[in-house]
Amino acid sequence: MNIEEKIKKGHKRTCARLITMLESNDNEAIEIIKSHYKSTGGAYVIGVTGPPGAGKSTLTDKLAKELLKQNKKIGIIAIDPTSPFSGGAILGDRIRMNDLSLNKNVFIRSMGTRGSLGGMSNATWGATKILDIFGYDYIFIETVGVGQSEVDIVKTADTVLMVMVPNLGDDIQAIKAGIMEIADVFAINKSDLDGADKTKVEVEMNLDLNEDMDYRPPVVKVSASKNEDIDVLLENILAHRKYLEDTKQLKENRIRNNKLELLKMVEEDLMSLILDRAVKDDLLDKLAKDITLKETDPYTAKETIIRLIRNNP
Amino acid sequence: MDRPIRVLVAKPGLDGHDRGAKVIARSLRDAGMEVIYTGLRQTPEQIVAAAIQEDVDVVALSILSGAHNHLFPKVVNLLREEGVDDMLIIGGGVIPEDDIPFLIESGVESVFTPGTPTKDVVEFIKENLKR
Repeated sequence: MNIEEKIKKGHKRTCARLITMLESNDNEAIEIIKSHYKSTGGAYVIGVTGPPGAGKSTLTDKLAKELLKQNKKIGIIAIDPTSPFSGGAILGDRIRMNDLSLNKNVFIRSMGTRGSLGGMSNATWGATKILDIFGYDYIFIETVGVGQSEVDIVKTADTVLMVMVPNLGDDIQAIKAGIMEIADVFAINKSDLDGADKTKVEVEMNLDLNEDMDYRPPVVKVSASKNEDIDVLLENILAHRKYLEDTKQLKENRIRNNKLELLKMVEEDLMSLILDRAVKDDLLDKLAKDITLKETDPYTAKETIIRLIRNNP
Repeated sequence: MDRPIRVLVAKPGLDGHDRGAKVIARSLRDAGMEVIYTGLRQTPEQIVAAAIQEDVDVVALSILSGAHNHLFPKVVNLLREEGVDDMLIIGGGVIPEDDIPFLIESGVESVFTPGTPTKDVVEFIKENLKR
């Protein structure tokens, strides 16, 4: 079987290998995306974000099962943090999704952040394109457990689902800037716990303060582990999709996201170009030392590097 | 290539003792590997599906129930049926010395018993990768 047949057949091992290759910037995988790019865009990407332990994996598992009832093919990319010290990671999101592993219409892939800071991995965008090429209808991206400002998911997802749990903080948390602003749908998970209604009211009150909203994010109480109101949550997610499609907003958003992704890709390449060609490690070390010893200052050091790059086109 | 080594740490069978698997997972993490942990009570079929989708370099199986002679070869054979020949398969747990030759013959490339220093496992993986 050649690669085209494997793609047509949805050969999972090929799909998995392409994602691995993409994670290490392998040209062969990049060429596959290039040559199939015209056929992408069919997949709808749902970003699942929220604090650690909110139930993102369990909820993703339940939402995927709900969509399977509609005969959809589901891709899941689950991201966990990479250690900044060893470069290693424990990727444990699959634990909540084990009975999906064997479903022929489901593909689950765990990724480490590998140094990326926004709650995603640099290869996540490319991995969604691979899954899109392999014909997955819905792609869930589960971010690392986020704090307050890891908002990169909004650049890749069509709908952002914010998973919250009761009793994580006072009502001020709900009016802070950052992740609260990127949600298209709120899920209050573990809603059998005391405080779920209060959390819902706080989010709703915060939404009340937004002016001129064409679309108001719904706030849905669910219990992922008890499988309660998952269907209601899915309806709300699909309603958001319909809103985006009806108002042509989906296309606008994707243009915005592609611009951001393009910039990020250029940034990454430029950075490695700079580090490869102009700035050697020992120069960085030397400048850092000089700054510490007050033999130079950070701004002069920066200018030294920039001058070097300008002189090394 | 300097991409991280990816390891699936899996617990086939019915025992609920995952302390060893967690210690190994943590040691491999600290050695710079990406460890995908599947949790308890996995069927060989689930383990193979996860290994393929995660495209791992290593499958590390931990059993403390005594069913190793059945479950380890089952995982090896299912992987072979899927055409997978570039994953390193290792096992660990309370496994009697007498059973080890059979397991090695079945395609498990090394069996680590209680008391093995974790750095031995890390070294074995690094030296025996098939990619």
